[in-house]
Amino acid sequence: MNHKSHNLLTSVVIILSLVMLGGCGKNTDEQLASDQQEEQVGSAKPLVVYSSRAEHLIQPVFDLYMEQTGIKVQFITDKAGVLIERLKLEGDATPADVLITVDAGNLGYAAAEGLLLPLQSSILEKNVPAHLRDDQNRWSGLSLRARTLVYSTERVALEDLSTYEALGDEAWQGRLCLRTSKKVYNQSLVAMLIAEHGEEKTQQIIESWVTNLAVAPLSNDTKVMDAIIAGQCDVGIVNTYYYGRLQADRPDLPLALFWPNQTDATSGQPGTGVHVNVSGAGVLKHSKQAAAAQALLEWMASHDAQAIFASVNQEYPINPDIAIDPEVLSWGEFKASKLPLSRAYELQPAAVKLMDRAGYR
Amino acid sequence: MGWLASPENTFNSRVSLIGRLLSGAGLGHLFLLLMSVPTLLALLSVVSSLGNLDTDTLQHLTTHLLPSAISNTLFLVVGVAICSTLVGVPLAWLTAVCDFPLRGFFSWALLLPMAIPGYVMAFAFVGLFEYSGPVQTLFRDFFGSSAWFPDVYSYGGVTLVMSLVLYPYVYLIARNAFQTQGRRSLEVGQSLGLSPVESFYRVSLPMARPWIMGGVLLVVMETLADFGTVATFNYDTLTTLIYKSWFSLYSLHAALQVASVLLLVVVVIIVIERRSRADRQYAQSHTVSLASSRFVLKDNRRWLAPTFCALIFSFAFVIPSLRLLSWAWPSITEGFSVNFIGYVWSSLSLSTVTMVLIVILALFLAYAARINQTLVARFAVRISTLGYAIPGTVLAIGLLAPITLFSHWLQGLGVPSGLLQGTFLVMVLAYSVRFMAVAYSPIENNFLRITPSIDDATHSLGVSGLSVLTRVHLPIVRRGVLTALVLVFVDVMKELPITLMTRPFGFNTLAVRVFELSSEGLWQRAALPALAIMLVGLIPVMLLIKKTDSAE
Repeated sequence: MNHKSHNLLTSVVIILSLVMLGGCGKNTDEQLASDQQEEQVGSAKPLVVYSSRAEHLIQPVFDLYMEQTGIKVQFITDKAGVLIERLKLEGDATPADVLITVDAGNLGYAAAEGLLLPLQSSILEKNVPAHLRDDQNRWSGLSLRARTLVYSTERVALEDLSTYEALGDEAWQGRLCLRTSKKVYNQSLVAMLIAEHGEEKTQQIIESWVTNLAVAPLSNDTKVMDAIIAGQCDVGIVNTYYYGRLQADRPDLPLALFWPNQTDATSGQPGTGVHVNVSGAGVLKHSKQAAAAQALLEWMASHDAQAIFASVNQEYPINPDIAIDPEVLSWGEFKASKLPLSRAYELQPAAVKLMDRAGYR
Repeated sequence: MGWLASPENTFNSRVSLIGRLLSGAGLGHLFLLLMSVPTLLALLSVVSSLGNLDTDTLQHLTTHLLPSAISNTLFLVVGVAICSTLVGVPLAWLTAVCDFPLRGFFSWALLLPMAIPGYVMAFAFVGLFEYSGPVQTLFRDFFGSSAWFPDVYSYGGVTLVMSLVLYPYVYLIARNAFQTQGRRSLEVGQSLGLSPVESFYRVSLPMARPWIMGGVLLVVMETLADFGTVATFNYDTLTTLIYKSWFSLYSLHAALQVASVLLLVVVVIIVIERRSRADRQYAQSHTVSLASSRFVLKDNRRWLAPTFCALIFSFAFVIPSLRLLSWAWPSITEGFSVNFIGYVWSSLSLSTVTMVLIVILALFLAYAARINQTLVARFAVRISTLGYAIPGTVLAIGLLAPITLFSHWLQGLGVPSGLLQGTFLVMVLAYSVRFMAVAYSPIENNFLRITPSIDDATHSLGVSGLSVLTRVHLPIVRRGVLTALVLVFVDVMKELPITLMTRPFGFNTLAVRVFELSSEGLWQRAALPALAIMLVGLIPVMLLIKKTDSAE
């Protein structure tokens, strides 16, 4: 017995020390490597980014920045709400310089919590349209994503489609598929509907959508398109890049995108346009190198960076002067909504509650 | 170099010194309280939210969402607890006590589903069985488009999938109980002329009750804390409300207040579980090999047993992993990059270090609680093992608050503080708060195997202090320790929110990789790291079964 227990204890201790040693060894190696890298490129301190945009979408951009400027960018990724809470807790001790999120609502929240520094940048003002920036310049959009209609080319005639609001018409009874209301994309879409129509009218619209649902709300955009392909429903609302991915896998997709709200149905005047949101960034108030952080943001809105930042995810460049990726362009041109995105944050809680009241799960 | 001559003596005398200190009631309690401090702080930062009620958000939640969320949560917990017991316990008994074809294989294979993150299993299943999935499509081709098929997005669907991922917790811990019951108890049954099934109901099952309850309690806690699986089914539970309040309604206060409700549910469940143990004793004086006295199943039963095992194994492991493989296969060579080796190494080393540390702490915790059977000690143990029931993200934020305060305080003292920037120390500390229950449960139960007479004999032989633990207790609770090692290893492999929040820059694990890709909808690329989690998780599972079965 005695012997056995020592064996176990000894092996545990050995494993532990081996792994610890391994871990340490690796860390010092990495440390060394990064030190050497820093020496090579001069004295520039690395910038620290907290990002809720996934690693594979930002790493190539930061690699290019390193190549062009010699400035290293370190980052961690997490959910936006967690990052914002973390920044609040860390206060002025935070190592972070820049916050990147995938939704204007989250940037608005960070700004409202006093985490972001108002920027004075003629470059951002020139390159990023005003409605895609904060009204106090505390954050700026960096790529544009459109949330639009998708329909079955087998069962839907193009002329039957018109607006988001019209998806509640009786003609779509039992033919509509939606993603769950828990996704921020739908929350900001509804927030913008509130901005346009007010709460009462918007609630009627959402209730009419719920009435028309063919199935309970699905867990992601791809599932909405799968359901349409399988014949479970005929029309849905998705972000365009999900359509792009599906199309890359199956070029003969019996689906097409439709750009709604291009003209007003009753007056024939131009409509409000397709709902867009941004992924964007702000410089943190407690950054110790705010100027360098702002320079990174300005660079990310430039031609070189946009070519990667937007196209790596088949999004639209934030700067309307920059050419759109040809494949993305093949889905057609559209008029986008010009409602200021800073309202997304203000109206998002109202939108969430409204969807709960309307029974949109 | 004198110490080299008799390392054992030095070791023992040192250990017994610590032991004397530990068993000194004051210091024993000090250790217990220290163990509970991190969890207590995290819980406090959750419960302190109650001082500042976000009435606006709460009113909305209580009117529209809370009633159904509470009933959904309770139904889910009860359903998953029942299903995992009905699957886990019979499987454990069959593979531990009976003999049938492929028993050896199923012994370890039935543990594998544990290594699949719940949301990955959910996504694989939903994809297969929903309307647009291959199964229903085939079904419609055969029986016509209006043929009825059960809805996947349902209570039944989510309960089934969660049970398939979680039954291994019950299986592993119950199997440990059946194995340590030893031959004598089986012989009692056989001598009374009981059939294998009767002997299961009348001898094995009652004697394994605290183990089974311990396993079910882990399942219940994990179910309560789950977010990813229920989100895939769009099934709203209390955790859903926590996330909604925090991330959509921008009210961390309301989120923590809902989390407090969740905590209350957990405490009630734990009290019920403790009460059900009453004051029975489950000691077993001999752990004699089972191998020679296994029930050899005959006739139909000989094939029924492996068929049952195969059925569960296919649904819980073969089908989801084939699904993952079919996603990963087309681009499998691109998936294996230099980075990929890095992810595997990170996951492996992190899980190993954490596993060893947490199990050692749990061992001390169980030991200190055994020798100090006071109210304070019991309270400290209950607190230290509560972390498993709190949704990971909430726990992580709850821990970050005291860590940040501590770090600010250090800076104030002029200590250069890197604590904030994610160090392994903070990571492992946070893991130990989260997973203490997982390590503690199997170890504590095996401490029940130590009879008072063993303790008496130990004392009369003059063995005291920590050497009681190392020389007497440890060999008896050895299986419990091995079980705990595997459970913690696999749980750390899968862990996400704490890893995301506390990791150093550029440190990625397989679980982080799966999350980042799958949350972007890139399942084809997420499948390979998900498979790797399962393969790496396989290593300790196989070692464990080999160890425990060979010890028979």
